[in-house]
Amino acid sequence: MSGILSLIIFLPLLGGLIILFIPKSADRVMKQIALVASIVSLLLSLVLAAQFSRGGGMQFEERYSWIPSIGVNYYLAVDGLSLPLIVLTAVLSVLSVIYSWRIDVRLKEYLFLFLLLETGMLGVFAALDFFLFYVFWEITLVPMYFLIGIWGGPRREYAAIKFFLFTLVGSLAMLLAILIMYFNAEPHTFSMLELIRQQPLADTPLLAALAFWGFFLSFAIKVPMWPFHTWLPDAHVEAPTAASVILAGVLLKMGTYGFLRISLPMLPETFKAYAFFIAVLALLGIVYGALVAMAQTDLKKLVAYSSVNHMGYVMLGTAAAAGAVGDPSKAAAAATALNGAVFEMIAHGVITGALFFVVGVIYDYRAHTRGVDEFGGLGAKLPVYTGITTIAMLASLGLPGLMGFVAEFLVFLGSFGVFPYLTAVAVTGVIFTAAMFLWTIQRIFLGAPNPRWATLPDMDAREKLTLVPLAVLMIVFGLFPKPLLDVINAAMTSLVTALR
Amino acid sequence: MLQYAWVIPVLPFIGFWWIIFAGRRAPGQGAYVAIGAMLGAALLSVAAFIEVLRGARYDASVVWATVLNRPIEVGYQVDPLTSVMLLVVTVVGSLIFIYSIGYMQGDLRYPRFFAYMSLFASSMLLLVLGNNFLTLYAGWELVGLCSYLLIGFWFERPAAARASMKAFVTTRVGDLFMFLGILLIFLQLGTLNFNEIFSGVETGRLAGGLLTLAAVLVFGGAVGKSAQVPLHVWLPDAMEGPTPVSALIHAATMVAAGVYLVARAYPLFFGTPGHEALTVVAYIGGITAIMAATIGVVQDDIKRVMAYSTISQLGYMMMGLGVLGFTAGVFHLMTHAFFKALLFLAAGSVIHAMHTNDIKQMGGLAKIMPITYVTMVIGALALAGIPPFAGFWSKDEILLEAYHYDQVLYALGAAGAFLTAFYIFRMIIYTFTGSLRSHPAHPHESPRVMTVPLVILAFFSTVIGLAGAPWWDNPFHHFVRFEGAEGAAFDFEFALRSTAIAGLGVLSALVVYHWRLVSAASLRRAFGPLYIAVVHKYYWDELYQYAVIRPVVWAARRLRTFDVYVVDGAVNAIGVVFVWFSRLYRVFDLYVVDGVVNLVAWTAKTMGGVLRYGQTGRPQNYLLIIALGVIALVVVGVIR
Repeated sequence: MSGILSLIIFLPLLGGLIILFIPKSADRVMKQIALVASIVSLLLSLVLAAQFSRGGGMQFEERYSWIPSIGVNYYLAVDGLSLPLIVLTAVLSVLSVIYSWRIDVRLKEYLFLFLLLETGMLGVFAALDFFLFYVFWEITLVPMYFLIGIWGGPRREYAAIKFFLFTLVGSLAMLLAILIMYFNAEPHTFSMLELIRQQPLADTPLLAALAFWGFFLSFAIKVPMWPFHTWLPDAHVEAPTAASVILAGVLLKMGTYGFLRISLPMLPETFKAYAFFIAVLALLGIVYGALVAMAQTDLKKLVAYSSVNHMGYVMLGTAAAAGAVGDPSKAAAAATALNGAVFEMIAHGVITGALFFVVGVIYDYRAHTRGVDEFGGLGAKLPVYTGITTIAMLASLGLPGLMGFVAEFLVFLGSFGVFPYLTAVAVTGVIFTAAMFLWTIQRIFLGAPNPRWATLPDMDAREKLTLVPLAVLMIVFGLFPKPLLDVINAAMTSLVTALR
Repeated sequence: MLQYAWVIPVLPFIGFWWIIFAGRRAPGQGAYVAIGAMLGAALLSVAAFIEVLRGARYDASVVWATVLNRPIEVGYQVDPLTSVMLLVVTVVGSLIFIYSIGYMQGDLRYPRFFAYMSLFASSMLLLVLGNNFLTLYAGWELVGLCSYLLIGFWFERPAAARASMKAFVTTRVGDLFMFLGILLIFLQLGTLNFNEIFSGVETGRLAGGLLTLAAVLVFGGAVGKSAQVPLHVWLPDAMEGPTPVSALIHAATMVAAGVYLVARAYPLFFGTPGHEALTVVAYIGGITAIMAATIGVVQDDIKRVMAYSTISQLGYMMMGLGVLGFTAGVFHLMTHAFFKALLFLAAGSVIHAMHTNDIKQMGGLAKIMPITYVTMVIGALALAGIPPFAGFWSKDEILLEAYHYDQVLYALGAAGAFLTAFYIFRMIIYTFTGSLRSHPAHPHESPRVMTVPLVILAFFSTVIGLAGAPWWDNPFHHFVRFEGAEGAAFDFEFALRSTAIAGLGVLSALVVYHWRLVSAASLRRAFGPLYIAVVHKYYWDELYQYAVIRPVVWAARRLRTFDVYVVDGAVNAIGVVFVWFSRLYRVFDLYVVDGVVNLVAWTAKTMGGVLRYGQTGRPQNYLLIIALGVIALVVVGVIR
């Protein structure tokens, strides 16, 4: 099985390179190649999941020396944290390619950038060498910049530059932090696992704090945490639908993944020292995000702000786990919160991915408007679309039986054991999200049919193909979270055990 | 066979998916599927009930998720309380499903109605079967969802769309408290399983103020779901849904889930110091009972009369549980499910015939709709608490318990009982006696598919109370009971008094509305300000509008502005600052950095220009300069 990870990661890029050599007129062939590349990558990732052994730690390792003079390795492996994210990335990429079938502007570049983006994201989740990690991290930045800047909406240039600069600032901070880690390790190393084992900054609190805030800035911008979130609504609103899906579904997870993969295990004591503060920021994201979302009239912006709210749950769980570092009596609570946080990452990817597709379906090819107040009574006109949207929104507001509930339930259950008062306030976010989504449903789908939309067609086959799998995932993992949770729990158990 | 009880909720769940995917192609356009599943569930519930009667019990769990090495389990249990609830939900549910064939005939979304109703039945059964807070909470939220979908079933009406959202969000406020209570319990005891929690309470691992807090928080969920003060405001608006929905969800089953919750978690409440959590339950219930009853007196919409009646009766159930009348509360839940479903379905039959909800438009329907009339009067007698109808036995028991527990609560309950009899017969008189006041209407008796369920429910409403009658040694008491809250024995004299109160209510209604010995207008004048407050439903809606909804929406809008101008403004400001810096650098670059470079070049060039004059190319000049230099050197040397 060795080499399978590299195959999963670089197959999309290979597809993209091939597309570059296809003549411009053969647009169908280009799309087919993109689809095949992403589907094969998905199938291989499913093989990976099937072969994955729970409780086996890091698996499918690939390790080659790359730049020996400074100790850089090409080092890939997955555990229970990264595996679900890799599968999620592969799933959303396939669905995005399917959804993008109707793109006709500069198709070749679009597909190439998209596949390059997929390679970058997959790489981030599999890389265990800081150098490699940083390379993949930066790779994701460039295609997204162009996707927003070329295929985006009216203010695309502003949004693209904002996105790029924001994340670049974070990247530089991370680079600094990585170098602090590197130079304080003995022997110097970029290997994440080695750094976690060594804890090079355990005795130098000042440097540790510096490194921590370096990582924090980078990850918090990516998540995004309050108050670094304002790039998100702009980027989402301007990005083409498939890019929004990837942005919300996967790119945001890179931030929380960083907190879990790097900040928490590498700098546990420092994280613990600031855990309460970060939990407060998470809480602000939850309540503030929900309230601001409620006030939006642009459907896409509304979903974007709901992301701020949901990523707040992930950060609350993470901060709670950090707050429990070194306290064995809270290990169970920490593990619960972490399981919830990671489950929320996956759930948010599926649910919000679906919600952005939902926005795209109505905006791109039908109404050409996203104004929530401009619709009304679509429920009678578009039953399938209404049904899918309702399921996704109910999942997002945490209805039991759907994915979002499992995540929120575990996050709250765990966080309450560490930060009871903060969590009690955070739970109120659930009411605001409910009010926000139901109000949205009411304004778009209920009420008397608006004659302006009398001729809108319901979803076509391709749109169903992109949305139905996500709806099925929401229901299946909402009812039976165990298969997914067992994988996540394996990684979280070892993380919590290491932190004790 | 109790280990197969999980099949009971699964049957309607399968029905739901079947109808969703098959639509009008499903048997009976979905109706037969739903009814078949429901009857199957009812048969199984009867079988389970008999097993439990014989003494069988069941409780089993499976692992739902593992966190660290700690399993989170879900499971189900069958005990007397659950078996009674199963019976109520499936039997009343089956009858209402059958009735719906007639009532929903020709509706645009006929199959979807049955799909949602099936999903509701499944969720409700899940709720009552769960042996832990997780399952209960899941069922709890899912019935809330179905309630949302069904209140807004005719979503083209803006009022229905608004009401559905109001219902969901209001109950979710209650659920928030319940969720916090569950978190607190889990934090203290590390389990969500009911039996483990109760043993934790018994052994004192969760006790004192914390236990009271947990119990009251959990009760918050019941306040929302069972429409108790102050979260009762959603239920009257929920009447925008189709009438079978009101009967099943907003009268017989879902709204009783809050009562069920308190009964299910009774050890939690009972174990609080001095039963103080139960006192909270009792007072909330008592206040709700009397408040809703007063509003019921002034309503003219036939369904809203019933909605306030339901709120009031739920208050009685809560009060019963709160005054240590465990059995009485559960008993009233059961009898109420039958007679209130009957009243709603009869009201639906009237609405079906009249196409209006306004009782002042009706009148004289007794002759036109005899079956509806007779069955509805039976329901009204049961509600009013006239023996031997069902409501008498249970309500009398609650009043008796209250009498022995707290005189204030008894007074509230007794006054409420009078008002109950009064408002329900006011409605009966307006609807069925006199002559038809709306002339364009052509009322008719409803079809058999609707009247047969009415007759069956009327039968139950007549006899089911006998299960708690003192003859045959009060079998219900022996079946559903709680150690330590056995309740008082039947008191004949007290029962007479209860009957007299109810009878007085009926009589007063007849005096005012039938014989018209006292005019309603003079009563309105006599009560003056109280009447105004009651007509405005004590201004709860206005209170929430001004104290909650508007501030939240206002805050949301302000925060959006804040986000755009302050948070994002700061980001843009940083961007602007950097652009300015770069402009400044440009100036610096142009005039300072580049200036220095140019200066060097200019200096070199100028110097070159000046020095150029020395380079004449004539030997004479050079020789002259050399000579001058020699002279200068000589002069310098001589002087030194």
